[in-house]
Amino acid sequence: MIEAIAFYFIAACILGFAVLVVSTKDTVHSVLFLVLDFLFVSALYVMLGAQFLAAIQVLVYAGGIVVLYLFVVMLVNLKRPAEAHQDPHRRSKLGFGLAGAVLAEFGVIVAYGYARPSQAIAATASIPVAGNTEQVGWLLYTSYLIPFEIASMLLLVAMIGAIVLAKREL
Amino acid sequence: MPITPTHYMLLSAGLFIIGVVGVMVRRNLIIIFMSIELMLNAVNINLVAFSSQLHDAIGQVFAVFVIAVAAAEAAVGLGIILAFYRNKETVNIDEMNLMRW
Amino acid sequence: MIDTFLIPLLKIVVVLNATLVGVTYMVLLERKVIAWAQSRLGPMRVGPYGVLQPVADAIKLMLKEDITPVKADKWVFTAAPIISMVPALIVYAVIPFGPVVTIFGHPVSLFITDINVGLLYIVSVASVGVYGIILAGYASNSKYPLLASLRASAQLISYEVAVTLTLVSVILMAGSLSMVSIVNAQYNANVWFVFVQPLAFGIFFIGSLAETNRAPFDMPEAEQELTGGFHTEYSGMRFALFFLAEYANMIVVSSVATTLFLGGWLRPFPNVAALHFLDIIPSWTWFLIKSFVFLYIFIWVRATLPRYRYDQLMRLGWKVLIPLAIVNLVVTGIIRVLLT
Repeated sequence: MIEAIAFYFIAACILGFAVLVVSTKDTVHSVLFLVLDFLFVSALYVMLGAQFLAAIQVLVYAGGIVVLYLFVVMLVNLKRPAEAHQDPHRRSKLGFGLAGAVLAEFGVIVAYGYARPSQAIAATASIPVAGNTEQVGWLLYTSYLIPFEIASMLLLVAMIGAIVLAKREL
Repeated sequence: MPITPTHYMLLSAGLFIIGVVGVMVRRNLIIIFMSIELMLNAVNINLVAFSSQLHDAIGQVFAVFVIAVAAAEAAVGLGIILAFYRNKETVNIDEMNLMRW
Repeated sequence: MIDTFLIPLLKIVVVLNATLVGVTYMVLLERKVIAWAQSRLGPMRVGPYGVLQPVADAIKLMLKEDITPVKADKWVFTAAPIISMVPALIVYAVIPFGPVVTIFGHPVSLFITDINVGLLYIVSVASVGVYGIILAGYASNSKYPLLASLRASAQLISYEVAVTLTLVSVILMAGSLSMVSIVNAQYNANVWFVFVQPLAFGIFFIGSLAETNRAPFDMPEAEQELTGGFHTEYSGMRFALFFLAEYANMIVVSSVATTLFLGGWLRPFPNVAALHFLDIIPSWTWFLIKSFVFLYIFIWVRATLPRYRYDQLMRLGWKVLIPLAIVNLVVTGIIRVLLT
């Protein structure tokens, strides 16, 4: 019961803030709504029993990536707003058409779900063999070591690339 | 009504579609990038929900990799925005048509 | 009922009140210690030996006029000090002040909670605190605060990397992310981690000086440069919140350093039976004594060292501390693998 209320509240906040991110005219406010969105997603992960991922979400996404966005927003903050005039190239019809199609899909999924209910998620009911962090760490360092190393190479390359792109003179 | 994976899938689909609408409708390049982040988060929610249902931590491992890739992509993308802004003083993607015919 | 609601609520009330009172008296302590270092007396008029000075400061700041600049972003301007203060306070949820003790026959744990990713929680919450500084500078709609806030946040996120790497080496030694397990690991190993990881302790200390914008790394908020930094346009209670947030961050960092490196609530030599007479001092008092020593060193450093220039500061963070932290981590990993 409590879990259902919590889920609906967090889901409403996530979707609400996402709509605000996409529709706000002021870019800085948009970035702030994105931070709030990520914090609520992190709360959702805690509800699902993924505590390590929740902390990583706050640390990397909300505390790192969005700070980067905020920096760039402040560096390119123009005197006039970037969309001063109503743009003829906006793909509004296509965008909302897609949204409508997916909404129709929702209706089908929900109806199908009522016909054959799936089993509930045991949120944190099952006692894990090891803690959540240990499980994730074990997988990362044994079965998925190669993707882990490649991801670190990717981050190194991205770091060098970002520095090179953003430097004034090389 | 117990919270089933269907609920999480619907939430994830809703978040994803809001991201797609953001990419298609907005013209400010930074907002487009943020909508892409919304889409990646939607995928992450899906992964973690299924990982929780199947009691296998592999979904969370995948989500960690998605976060790492999102960080790399955000860094490089914002570097590109900064480099372009230095040349043309705009972040409106309709004005970024230097290589058009 | 009592266990799930009343006792944690009581603990939260006690910890928050103690923190906020401690923060206001930190201000007085700093003024006194810096004054003594400079051969003068500090605040002496209000109350005996100036003890009631924080009360006077609080009343003054609450009664000052609250100015909002014209064309400042009102919501963000109001929210920035709050965003700065909240992470400093909610970190206390995982800091262990002592083990499980019995009060009136009821076992009570001297920490609000012990989550299994405690240290990660602390680091992630601290990284959210950067937003207060960025938004304060942006919302002031004025040149100097904007520049100062961008510099301050760049400094913060640079030193976050070095500090997090040193924390990872402590986690390697302790084998767990939970704060209580780290203290227990020090109990089982019969040694405080500061003796096993001196380089990590040094890097953590320097990094946390930079993280809390304290001298000698306080370029972004120094009065002589950039006219007061990111809180130039703030007055009254909002300025007080920034001020308090900085001191609260200092206390948080001292508590974390005490838990990770100085043995938390353990008395010196906890396994030597001959020193049992030291047990009359309760565990949380040991914790407070060690935190206080750390805080005193913070103030001491501020009174003694000159300020770093901004590019020297960034060079130190990226080119000196991060390589040292990585080397420390690699050596710790190698030694741990060789020893098991």
